[in-house]
Amino acid sequence: MSRTADGATAQPDQERRRGGFSSRRVFILAAIGSAVGLGNIWRFPYVAYENGGGAFVLPYLIALLTAGIPFLLLDYAIGHRNRGSAPLSFARLRRGAEGLGWWQVGICFVIAIYYAAVIAWALRYTFFSLDEAWGADPEGFFFGEFLQAGDVQVTADVVPGVLVPLALVWLAVLAIMALGVQRGIGATSLVFIPVLVLAFAALVVQALLLPGAGAGLDALFTPDWSALTSASVWAAAFGQIFFSLSIGFGIMITYASYVGRREDMVGSGLVVGFANSGFELLAGIGVFAALGFMAQANGVAVDEVAGDGIGLAFVAFPAIISEAPAGALLGVLFFGCLVLAGITSLVSVIEVVISAVRDKLDTGRLTATLLVGVPAAVLSLVLFSTTSGIYVLDVVDHFVNQYGILVVALVSMLAVAWALRALTGLGDHLNVHGRPRVGTGWRLLTSVVAPAALAVVLVLALREDIAAAYEDYPTWLLLVFGWALVVALPLVGFLVARLPWRAGTHLDGPPPGADPAMPADAAGAGHHEGGPR
Amino acid sequence: MNTSAIVMMVVAMVVIWGGLALAIASLVRHGAVEDRTENVHRDL
Repeated sequence: MSRTADGATAQPDQERRRGGFSSRRVFILAAIGSAVGLGNIWRFPYVAYENGGGAFVLPYLIALLTAGIPFLLLDYAIGHRNRGSAPLSFARLRRGAEGLGWWQVGICFVIAIYYAAVIAWALRYTFFSLDEAWGADPEGFFFGEFLQAGDVQVTADVVPGVLVPLALVWLAVLAIMALGVQRGIGATSLVFIPVLVLAFAALVVQALLLPGAGAGLDALFTPDWSALTSASVWAAAFGQIFFSLSIGFGIMITYASYVGRREDMVGSGLVVGFANSGFELLAGIGVFAALGFMAQANGVAVDEVAGDGIGLAFVAFPAIISEAPAGALLGVLFFGCLVLAGITSLVSVIEVVISAVRDKLDTGRLTATLLVGVPAAVLSLVLFSTTSGIYVLDVVDHFVNQYGILVVALVSMLAVAWALRALTGLGDHLNVHGRPRVGTGWRLLTSVVAPAALAVVLVLALREDIAAAYEDYPTWLLLVFGWALVVALPLVGFLVARLPWRAGTHLDGPPPGADPAMPADAAGAGHHEGGPR
Repeated sequence: MNTSAIVMMVVAMVVIWGGLALAIASLVRHGAVEDRTENVHRDL
């Protein structure tokens, strides 16, 4: 218990001020909304196709069960037990670990500013689909007429066609964030996730009815068993699971801190993990059915039209929409799904930052939303609504994912498991209300298997980037928006951790009553109130 | 579609969507005790 006279009432009051999800259902939908993002739709299908097709199911499932879900549960345990944003939760594990949380916050801030731009493109393309504005040349339209991308350089030439939807996206997201955890994030997830699933299911049905859909599914699911002997295929499976589940960079820690103390976090984690993979499978079927149609319409093999990322969404899909019967409907469903999936992920990313600012400075919801949202929106508009936006976005996205998220996740996991030796306590916390129970197996997976798998993914990515400049971009662009950025984030994170917490913040251990696995008097042991240090 | 592709598609659907159904059923059956005494969703 807190040693302060009013400690017993101070902590619940602090929790009321932080906000929270009103029920397990809302939390699960919000967590699914965070996990299901653009990567589920435009990354998974191609990764599966490229790495053994149907045979990829095996490493994918092994990665989900041995690394994805155990790591997700670790994030849940950290946030749920310590009842705080990523920095506060790490500080409560050990004061010196707070910087890890701020490193994660920095990564989320960077992701938010470019992720919003892609949602803005998808928003614009939802309307372009109605009259197939790209005409006969979707690629030329996207890079030329729409983005007005010129030479690879950083410019201040604004593209109004991107600026306006981007500003709208930020206004919508800031409105959601200002409404709070339940009325903003929770309510948005309650509406958006069912609509997203229904809309994507409709898209899949429409795609399956297209001529040539079977050829696309053949390409996706025909197993190449020899691929299972390749280390890169296994790395791709672990990488896909890791990037897809929103783990390791503060989101699930933050969301878990908003869940009732007596909730079954293990059962919730299993639902979120399988729901995320279930959506990926649905996306794979829809995307490859559509690609099969495109291949047949052009008299080429599926491998000639298969792709991922921005190329799949903004070049290949417009071409499919132009040729498919009821193409406008297909386009509205596809790009509308990208917008819905993107918004629910973006709010989760921004919430990591807002939650951290609120915990540190004890600000109100609206103040924190403006403190975080306005600079993020301005940076986003300045960097990504210009003619050079696509290049900066591509480089930042690549480096922040490969060397930001991956490295912070790996370091955090190793720190929690080996330096802080917190796994036993976190496992005990999960087991108080969670079923199935976690034990030695979970500790082994989170302390050895998952970090080893992430390390392999990291080394392979690093080797590739050292061998050749990413996408042949100029060195200065890669240095400034790539390497410098990923080096600066942990430095800034540990510097911010030096700032004092607001007075009265309970540090060093979970707040009183937060951890039923822990004797009540032990929670306050070594209690330290925040303040200058 | 060829047979092996159909088999692998069905296997993926059964394992992943079946896993989701089992996870939901288990969560509902276990029935967590929700903390209704805490009005945590007040957001100032």
